[in-house]
Amino acid sequence: MTKTLLDVRDLSRRFDVSQPWLNRKIEGTGKRFVNAVTEVSFSVNQGETFALVGESGSGKSTIAKLIVGLLKPSHGDIVFDGISLKDGLKGAKARALRRRFQMIFQDPLASLNPRWRVVDIVAEPLRVFERGMSNRDQRLRVGELLTLVGLAPEDGVKFPHQFSGGQRQRIAIARALAANPDFIVCDEPTSALDVSVQAQILNLMKDLQKEFGLTYVFISHNLQVVRHMANDIGVLYLGRLAEFAEAGALFDAPKHPYTRMLLDAVPDIEMTGRRRKQVEGEIPSPIDPPSGCAFHPRCPFANDRCKRDVPLVINGVACHAVEEGRIG
Amino acid sequence: MENRTLFKDVPAEDLIVPVRVQGRLARALDSDIFYSWRTSPVTVVATLVALALILMALFAPLIAPYDPFNPASLNLMDGFTPPASTGAFTDNYFLMGADNQGRDVLSTIMYGSRVSLFVGILATLFAMTLGVSLGLIAGYNGGTIDAVIMRITDVQLSFPAILIALLIFGIARGLIPPSQQESMAVWVLILAIGLSNWAQFARTVRGATMVERQKDYVSAARIMGVHPILILLRHVLPNVLGPVLVIGTISLALAIIEEATLSFLGVGVPPTQPSLGTLIRIGQQFLFSGEWWILFFPAVTLIALALSVNLLGDWLRDALNPKLR
Repeated sequence: MTKTLLDVRDLSRRFDVSQPWLNRKIEGTGKRFVNAVTEVSFSVNQGETFALVGESGSGKSTIAKLIVGLLKPSHGDIVFDGISLKDGLKGAKARALRRRFQMIFQDPLASLNPRWRVVDIVAEPLRVFERGMSNRDQRLRVGELLTLVGLAPEDGVKFPHQFSGGQRQRIAIARALAANPDFIVCDEPTSALDVSVQAQILNLMKDLQKEFGLTYVFISHNLQVVRHMANDIGVLYLGRLAEFAEAGALFDAPKHPYTRMLLDAVPDIEMTGRRRKQVEGEIPSPIDPPSGCAFHPRCPFANDRCKRDVPLVINGVACHAVEEGRIG
Repeated sequence: MENRTLFKDVPAEDLIVPVRVQGRLARALDSDIFYSWRTSPVTVVATLVALALILMALFAPLIAPYDPFNPASLNLMDGFTPPASTGAFTDNYFLMGADNQGRDVLSTIMYGSRVSLFVGILATLFAMTLGVSLGLIAGYNGGTIDAVIMRITDVQLSFPAILIALLIFGIARGLIPPSQQESMAVWVLILAIGLSNWAQFARTVRGATMVERQKDYVSAARIMGVHPILILLRHVLPNVLGPVLVIGTISLALAIIEEATLSFLGVGVPPTQPSLGTLIRIGQQFLFSGEWWILFFPAVTLIALALSVNLLGDWLRDALNPKLR
């Protein structure tokens, strides 16, 4: 039986986007909030990949930041290997836990300090988590890691700007692996790369997962990438989970109308000649979300109930139409 | 034997990251910055002038022809000796003439630029340290701390720096007992000039810090649990240092001029320790009676010093700005 490594329960995050205090008083406006993530629950099994997909503004990156602790949840809890991260961590316990998770970012140029040499960048987790490690051991470890991700130990003396995008992402992966983590959050790790390089990076990540038993939370807006990587998939719409399913099931038999719309829009070699269905409409503003089901303005199956009530996730789908059996 | 986990069959020598391929000096001489310095004649001249003046000030006691502050070697009767002539009552030769008290103007300039540079450099370093620290704290934390620090800089920047320096100088005068005023004067001056110049540093650094802290490499360090102070010092500071160096050079020139202004107004260093500004103040009393050299040479030195440092700042600004390359 697979073990649950990460359990996200009713996770919500609200951002204060109010005007400054003085402007509010003069203009007589109140505080304004954006619900970036609302009551999202999912769990990730050890050694597997959980993918979060969604359009821009659906809250994918916010969830990533909440998981790694860059943001504090407004509500709900994140449980990592049985330990609640809600109240923040202190001291030795925090260090022991922090070395187990890492993050890989979207833009590898921004995630590597431009003034540091690669050897210092990759060794940063070692300096934090392996305080007694000698300089020589650090350099050896960095050389091993660089070789592992397909670079050469000699590359360690260079600066990030001397590499291509794909190579930089390899450096970022080497850094993520330095302290032997078992859980890595990948925030669109390939979306800043050329298509030909994307596949190389994804395959590298899959190989590393197999070799070290890594668990990934993989955030992407690219369904093909997700299909290649994920065991389970969560589809986000406007900060809420629309559908949560095993990858094969989701691609073969999508239930939520939004998932169907997304999949219909994916170009496919077998549908040559047919016209692709376009994704209609745009994601609404999270400052002023639609009433009821957030997807109802774009949904072909919406009825009055959809405009009124927020659907709950039932059997992995948050949709009144599916629940009532109107579509299926 | 180290604890190896990967590629155990490969010898360590083949996997280790080499220490450094190129030496520091070789790398510096090979850099873009050095190239842009080498290819700008104005900058090279400015560097040489600034270096010459700094060396002259540094070694003033060794190379100055006379000690202008030793009453034994002075003769009041030598006063107002014109440049390039011998004193009327001693055999002293005055290349740049003598002032009203018979002091060799060349020697007073050497000793005077010593005071000017000492005050200028220390005041700038003080302003830089204060401004950069506050800017980093404000930019990294945001919120109330940021608002408070930035309002203080706003207030500070809405006054002319010289007024603030005068104010601080006046307060210090009131606080320090008269017996120590003379010995403390230089330090009060450094404090006053430093406190009137830190705001620009704080503002620039704060802006740059706000940009840097959003970047993913800062997030990566935060995820690892690196202490915020270490993040600021190791990650953010090196990346905001470019503009700081530019402002630093320009504000060094400004600090030297500010010191001269204060000394000219008579609130700077004590008369026993004249700076370039004091010399100019003394000189301007005799300008209209024809003894031009007492004013002229210290003024030219001050201009040369401020101009060369300023030109260096201009060059640095262009060299560090990738958009202008």
